[in-house]
Parts: sequence; C-alpha cells; structure tokens
Amino acid sequence: MASETRPAPLAHHFDDYDQQREAATLGMWLFIGQELMFFGGLFLTYTVYRWKYPAYFALGSNQLDIPLGLLNTIVLIGSSLTMVLAVRSAQLGRAKQIASWLGATMTLGTAFLVIKGFEYHHKWVHHLIPGEGFQLPGTTDPAAQTFFVIYFCMTGLHALHMIVGLGLLAFLVPKALRGDFSADNHNWVEGVGLYWHFVDIIWIFLFPLLYLLGRHHA
Amino acid sequence: MSTVHVTPVRTYLFVFAALMALTLLTLGVAHVNIAHHLPGQMTDAINDAVAMAIAVTKATLVILFFMGVWHSARVNKLIVWSSLFFLVVLFAFSLADYFSRGWLGVPGK
Repeated sequence: MASETRPAPLAHHFDDYDQQREAATLGMWLFIGQELMFFGGLFLTYTVYRWKYPAYFALGSNQLDIPLGLLNTIVLIGSSLTMVLAVRSAQLGRAKQIASWLGATMTLGTAFLVIKGFEYHHKWVHHLIPGEGFQLPGTTDPAAQTFFVIYFCMTGLHALHMIVGLGLLAFLVPKALRGDFSADNHNWVEGVGLYWHFVDIIWIFLFPLLYLLGRHHA
Repeated sequence: MSTVHVTPVRTYLFVFAALMALTLLTLGVAHVNIAHHLPGQMTDAINDAVAMAIAVTKATLVILFFMGVWHSARVNKLIVWSSLFFLVVLFAFSLADYFSRGWLGVPGK
C-alpha cells in the first residue's frame, strides 16, 4: 500500500506503544529462554565428556589458537556494543544513526565469521577434523576426537546463529534508512538486539571452555 | 507516549570496558596454576571455577545492561530467572545420573 504510514502505527489489539513494545520484548525473551535450553544440551554434553576424558580435552584445547580466539572475543563483544548503540539510536528515533550502528555490527559480525573460517581451515590442514584422517599429537586413541566433535558442534551452532543474526541485520538496515523505526516503534531493532547479545553470551562461555583448558600446566 | 528508558552512552562504554578487562583476566588466570598458590588440598577444578565465575560475571553484565534487563519489565526478569532455573534442572538431574554411575555394582554385569 502506497499510503502506508511510516513508522508503523500501533497495532489495533494493543492499548498503547508501551504495551506493544513490552509484548514484543516478552516474546523475544521467551524465545531466548528456549534458545538457552537448546545450547544448554550442548554445554551439558561438553561437561559429561570432559569429565570422562579430561586429558584429551586439555590436549585438544591446546591445539586451538588463543590469539585468534581472543581477537574474536573482542570483536564479538565490540559488536554487542555497536548493537546496543543501534538500539539506543532507535529509542531516540535517529534513523541514520540506527543504520550506521547496525552496519558497524554487521562489519564486526562478518569479521568474527572470517576469523572463525581461518581457524576452521587451520584445523582442516592439521588433520584435526574428526573422522578418518584425524591426527592429534600425543595420542592415537580415537576417543581423543571427542573434544573436536564438541568443538565443531558448539562453535558451528554458534556460527550458524551469527549467520542468522547477520541476515536479520541486513534486513533491518534498509528499514532503518526508510524511517520505519521511531522512539515508539522500534521492536525489530530491540528484538534483534536481544538475540545478538544472547549469541555473544554463548561465546563468552565458549572461549574459556574451549580455548583455555590445561594451559596452566604448559 | 513512549516511556522507554534511554541509558547514557557512558554506561555502555563502561560495561564494554569491564567486559574487555574480564576477558583479559580470564586469559591471564588460565595460565596460572591457582591450586599451587592456595593452602590446603586444591585441585585443577579451582581454575575452572574461577573461569566460570568470570564468565558468569560477564554474562550478567551483558544481560543487565546490553539486554536492558536492569530497566526491563518484571515479567522479563521472571523469564530470565526461570530460564536459568530450568538450565540448572537440566544440569543437576543429568549430572546426578552420569556422575553416580558405577557407584553401585550391577548384579549379573
């Protein structure tokens, strides 16, 4: 409809914008609650197998690249900062600022995935992909692959969430530039922001659990 | 009209700085054998406990400030707490099973 007003008006089933925004935020929190259970299963798997094979986990962890993991942690927390500044710009109804901060978040999110790609490639080159050609210096026990199975599952699911997040951000940038978001109605920006921060929190736990094991014995 | 709370930029910058500092702290303590510096019978688990304490602190900062739960409606705080509660249930019941296997002999095994 050409006559559609921007920003989007109040949906008829809400009393006011506050109620509409609170409903949207509540829905997003419920989604994040089930996402926590989704990742929770993987963290539980990690705990059980690390308890079973502590030495193999330390051995595997020592193969990971701490500088790249640290850099990615900084990049991702930085992207959470730019994301929260996008949400803040939306709360103030500043369309251009929203788009800029969303763009900055996309840049940092992409940088994270590129760095992760280099890490995956390095694991491939060094025969650390679980399966037929797997070679971990220090052991020939196939059970030593367990750490890398869990490493790829957890970082892979995390990266998948990053890719979905980047898609959502790419969808929001043109909307922001068109002036779709106002101080009253910016639920899209708020919701994607909550999702982005949740993905950041997962990485905050993955970094010490995957990269920093057994380093105090080195 | 809208009554949304707008947090000052400096609060976000302060939280970001704290998250960076805690990231470097977790990296630093990972290279220290903490058990050696403490009296009594400490094991490697102390390193994990410290790493997780730092991660939980970082996550709390993100949830309270970046995700805005500090100024959020009470119902959202309820969702956060109940999500964490069910995560604890998942871990407590599953680990009670896995960690207690082998405590008792199984007849015929």
